[in-house]
Amino acid sequence: MNNMLEIKNIYKTFNPGTINEKVALVDVSLTLKEGDFVTVIGGNGAGKSTMLNAVAGVWPIDTGSIVIGGTDVTGLPDYSRAYLIGRVFQDPMTGTAATMQIDENMALAARRGKRRGLGWGVTGKERDEYREKLKILELGLEDRLTAKVGLLSGGQRQALTLLMATLQKPRILLLDEHTAALDPKTAEKVLNATEKVVGRDHLTTMMITHNMKDAIQHGNRLIMMNEGRIVLDISGEEKKKLTVEDLLHKFSVATEEEFSNDQALLG
Amino acid sequence: MGGIAEYFASLNPANLLGSMPAGIAQGLIWGVMALGVYITFRLLDIADLSVDGTFTTGGAVTVMLILAGWNPWLAMLMAFIAGLAAGAVTGLLNTKLGIPAILAGILTQFGLYSINLAIMGMKANQAVSVDKFSLAITSRSVPIAILMGLVIAIAVIGILYWYFGTESGSAMRATGCNPTMSKAQGININNMKILGLALSNGIVAFAGGLMAQFQGFADINMGRGSIVIGLAAVIIGEVIGEAILGKHLNFAGRLAFVTFGGVIYYLVVVFVLWMKLNSNFLKLLTAVVVAVFLAVPYLRANARTSFKKAGRNAAAVGKEAR
Ligand SMILES: Nc1ncnc2c1ncn2[C@@H]1O[C@H](COP(=O)(O)OP(=O)(O)OP(=O)(O)O)[C@@H](O)[C@H]1O
Ligand SMILES: [Mg+2]
Repeated sequence: MNNMLEIKNIYKTFNPGTINEKVALVDVSLTLKEGDFVTVIGGNGAGKSTMLNAVAGVWPIDTGSIVIGGTDVTGLPDYSRAYLIGRVFQDPMTGTAATMQIDENMALAARRGKRRGLGWGVTGKERDEYREKLKILELGLEDRLTAKVGLLSGGQRQALTLLMATLQKPRILLLDEHTAALDPKTAEKVLNATEKVVGRDHLTTMMITHNMKDAIQHGNRLIMMNEGRIVLDISGEEKKKLTVEDLLHKFSVATEEEFSNDQALLG
Repeated sequence: MGGIAEYFASLNPANLLGSMPAGIAQGLIWGVMALGVYITFRLLDIADLSVDGTFTTGGAVTVMLILAGWNPWLAMLMAFIAGLAAGAVTGLLNTKLGIPAILAGILTQFGLYSINLAIMGMKANQAVSVDKFSLAITSRSVPIAILMGLVIAIAVIGILYWYFGTESGSAMRATGCNPTMSKAQGININNMKILGLALSNGIVAFAGGLMAQFQGFADINMGRGSIVIGLAAVIIGEVIGEAILGKHLNFAGRLAFVTFGGVIYYLVVVFVLWMKLNSNFLKLLTAVVVAVFLAVPYLRANARTSFKKAGRNAAAVGKEAR
């Protein structure tokens, strides 16, 4: 199997040389094989989002390299490497254009990385296709194709963003706490939809979560971050046998901090 | 008291009716200009002040080329292209040099003053007589001017409606609505902003060309206040459109009402002039109207929830408890 993502020795410091200097990533390396589904955990400010943003190309990294599906993207800005990447953000408002219709949003995603010329923004044939695809979410959105996305609930928008991220098969799917802003029931629904599309398309996926149970339940690999470094990397059989207690213990060992404090922090 | 009676007696309703048609024609031209403002203000979420300069640029280019013997339509095409270029400059200042959009627009507008003077041969105004040249639109024959204005407005609305339904146009709308999402979908938002600003100013300059022909001259100050007039048209049009069509107001309808907003705006101007009010106060009036309408959505939201209201409610409950 091929390596789908190769992060090699990346460093990132925000606001270098100022009083706001913040070392966010320290010598992070990570290789994902095609179809790997890795969950990412760690305390607030550990560098999880920073690692995903580095892959997405939100800003340039300081040193190191990032290769997605065989393409070195280190020197590419976010919009130039977007064709390789599907993203779902923590804030449900971020992933969709509120003033545009559901079908228009999907059409934008369907053209990710393609030249956008003077052809129709969305065609009738596409609409039929989108209607079919929306059914997998089981939210009834297939009947509201021309509704403005701003009218949808946070959960519906998040589910739609997920579908958009996977409309064209991405080399890597980046999920940054994409269920954190949702109520438990809706979060469960969106997670189920995530499992469905990831399984169906055999997607290589990174999912950040603060929910230990979700981190254990989903994916075939789990990494833990602390102070800008990957401090734990568990996969295969070892991950399957993992319990929340194990994980909390490992976390406290890895961070050499008080077990009880972290229990409160990580819930 | 005799003064007031005299004043009203001096107002002749026939005069008002007589100046309405020309007002409508001119309003249509402002309406076309407002379509350009709509692109930046509503779709890209940028208040672009370049338009005050590019409206004049359009008028100047058109008049000078017609004076040089050009066909008026070709002259307006060149005006459009000049507007495109000026808008692109604002876009470049904003995206490539990191100058805030408002400031970028002001700089372009300021610089254009010199360029516009140069275009007009260092004169503050240049006349183009309909007796000597063939013009696309003129105040000499107002009914035809209204018809021409309508046809042009419909054509511009049609083109914009088509463009914003294309892949490129969708990407531009997405850029204005949600830049983060747009980047994640592979859209180069800087290019989209430059393109949008260019298109907007191209339309504004084209409208400037129409205005110069209609009034028979280009003037270095003819574009002053275009942005406010454009905003007034956008706001008036949207308010009326939403009142009449409500949820059924689609994109084409919105554009049509924006143009209509330009007409309404200019008819108000005609009315104020007819009332023999000092026309110097017209700009103040326009500014107040635009400020009020821009403030309405904010104040409405505040009326629903505000600290004051919460405080009052809490005080009332406290009293009851006692
Ligand atoms: N754009 C930025 N500019 C400056 N500092 C940043 C920026 N992004 C992140 N940081 C800092 O880098 C550190 C890591 O942040 P990051 O968002 O990666 O944490 P995280 O692991 O995702 O935490 P959380 O669980 O709270 O989301 C934090 O100290 C944060 O303040
Ligand atoms: Mg985070």
